[in-house]
Amino acid sequence: MTGILGLAWRSLMNRRGSALLTILAVALSVALFLGVDKARNGARAGFDNTIAGTDLIVGAPTGQINLLLYSVFRLGNATAEISWDTYQDVAARDDIAWTVPVSLGDSHRGFRVMGTDQSYFEHYKYGDGQPLRVVEGERFADIYEAVIGAAVARELGYGIGSEIVLTHGLGAGGLTDHENRPFIVKAVLAPTGTPVDQTIHIPLEGMTAIHVGWESGTKNPMADTITEEMIRSFDLTPKSITAVFVGLERRGTILSTQRALNTRPGEPLLAIIPGVALGELWQVTSVVERALIAVSIFVIAVGLVSVLTSILTSLNERRREMSILRATGARPGHIFFLMVAEAGLLGFIGAVTGIVLVQVGLILLGPVLASSYGVQLSGLGLSLTDLWTLLAVTGAALLIGVVPAITALRRSLADGLTVKL
Amino acid sequence: MTDSKAVSIRNLEFAWPDSPVLLDIASFELKRGERLFLRGPSGSGKSTLLGLIAGVLEPQAGHVEVLGEDMAALPGSKRDRLRADCLGVIFQMFNLVPYLSVVQNVTLPCRFSAGRREAVGGHPVEEAKRLLARLGLTDANLLERSVTELSVGQQQRVAVARALIGGPQLLIADEPTSALDADARDRFIELLNEEASRSGAALLFVSHDGALASHFDRGVDLAEINQARAMT
Repeated sequence: MTGILGLAWRSLMNRRGSALLTILAVALSVALFLGVDKARNGARAGFDNTIAGTDLIVGAPTGQINLLLYSVFRLGNATAEISWDTYQDVAARDDIAWTVPVSLGDSHRGFRVMGTDQSYFEHYKYGDGQPLRVVEGERFADIYEAVIGAAVARELGYGIGSEIVLTHGLGAGGLTDHENRPFIVKAVLAPTGTPVDQTIHIPLEGMTAIHVGWESGTKNPMADTITEEMIRSFDLTPKSITAVFVGLERRGTILSTQRALNTRPGEPLLAIIPGVALGELWQVTSVVERALIAVSIFVIAVGLVSVLTSILTSLNERRREMSILRATGARPGHIFFLMVAEAGLLGFIGAVTGIVLVQVGLILLGPVLASSYGVQLSGLGLSLTDLWTLLAVTGAALLIGVVPAITALRRSLADGLTVKL
Repeated sequence: MTDSKAVSIRNLEFAWPDSPVLLDIASFELKRGERLFLRGPSGSGKSTLLGLIAGVLEPQAGHVEVLGEDMAALPGSKRDRLRADCLGVIFQMFNLVPYLSVVQNVTLPCRFSAGRREAVGGHPVEEAKRLLARLGLTDANLLERSVTELSVGQQQRVAVARALIGGPQLLIADEPTSALDADARDRFIELLNEEASRSGAALLFVSHDGALASHFDRGVDLAEINQARAMT
């Protein structure tokens, strides 16, 4: 049978123009399918990797996905805040080991600014428990100091000593700038592949300080007259914060603590378990994912139909070839196998090309994806999915090859030894 | 295989679907090693008769024995094997598979028949080159070239080499000279005859051109043996 496989190969090479187009169609369809699959896995892994070691996230009542998205992923905005007093109550609970207060709302040239305190650098973990690491400089110690993520440093070209003027809210800058109170970059964090890279961290006190005179939401005309000394003399403890990251004494109490926080009297709170909220998020997105996968499977089907088309259209001009093969001793089984093998070869080569395309794409585009979207690249190399796709596409192509095989068989039987052309 | 007949036909009847009887042959024989010229105008059923002898067509009635085997009684797979092992076929023109080189075309039967692979001692390429050399195709350059670049005369000689490889006992040639000019035609027939007698194969040479009959041991007119024609 290897003799026949060789014939199939030579026959394809003889029609290499149309064969290449067919292979390209299969390759692109396979690449689309695998690309969607890998993008999904990469995005999930990226999200799953963003927060580790935090047992609960507490914020003002909203949807749990919403709280997760704005507190951890800096997506969307908080609709309400929680008061500093309530935060103090939560932090004082016996079953809670540590808390990290975070305050969001301002931005700098498109990057989010987050007010927090030293505990953030102690307790915030990502990936499988790696802590944040300062590559250059030292953490903020004074009000007007900032620690910037790796992407902020790279894209804005900032280093130690750079001055940052914050923008109130998320505007692009301009009228709502806090230009009277610039921050000095004190440290740059190592890249994490998480939204931390896109974040500018400042002390909570700094957050309060720049908003002196902004109590109404816009700048008070008198704000610029408030001097540095006056500001420093104020109590800069924030009145409210956006969310709290919580670590428990014992993980076993996670459900009871969550329940206690959600049902506590006084200011209402929402406590969420990050993993559970992520699970809910994936449920929402899985509908879209399934639709995408379904579409890309249909595209593969189209690719396979092009295999069928190219072989069927070639049959007419190959009647003579078939009868020569029959006359030189090819049995019907040989003709059948020849057709099926051609289809299988087209499917196999197409699938392999598609897999290679995706891998090359990952190598070329991977770094951009990782830095801009936090897509986790590890684990996106060759996988079992690639192998199964290769087998499935080749198998389907072989199956499809049965159609031209039967046609060729019937014809070669009817034509006899010679074709009347 | 002790039968002395290469081909033996008795009371054969054949008609294409929805057509009148095309062939009705009471008796036809080709002895082993004999070189027979079968004359018939085009459309007389020559090619159909060859298809019946080669076992790719089945008669409605009668017997076709090839090398002692009753083709109709053999199951399809055995018939295919007999054809692959014992038959060499040469067509009118376009004998060669366009995507194979000259040598690959000649060794084609060895791909399909274990018997012919064994007959050449497992070295089809060497045997192909030897046969091609005997037929005057020695240029090493030419042997690896695409067959579509060959002249018609060269193509027909390649087809002869392919029919001969592995020593089949029956050669069938269907108007192999119709695309050749008179000179080339005579040389080609001499070559074919010479190679057939060298390998001891029976040769059934079919043509509409009765003038060629003088090259062969015996001549038969299809119109004379086919009663279907006589009746209409």
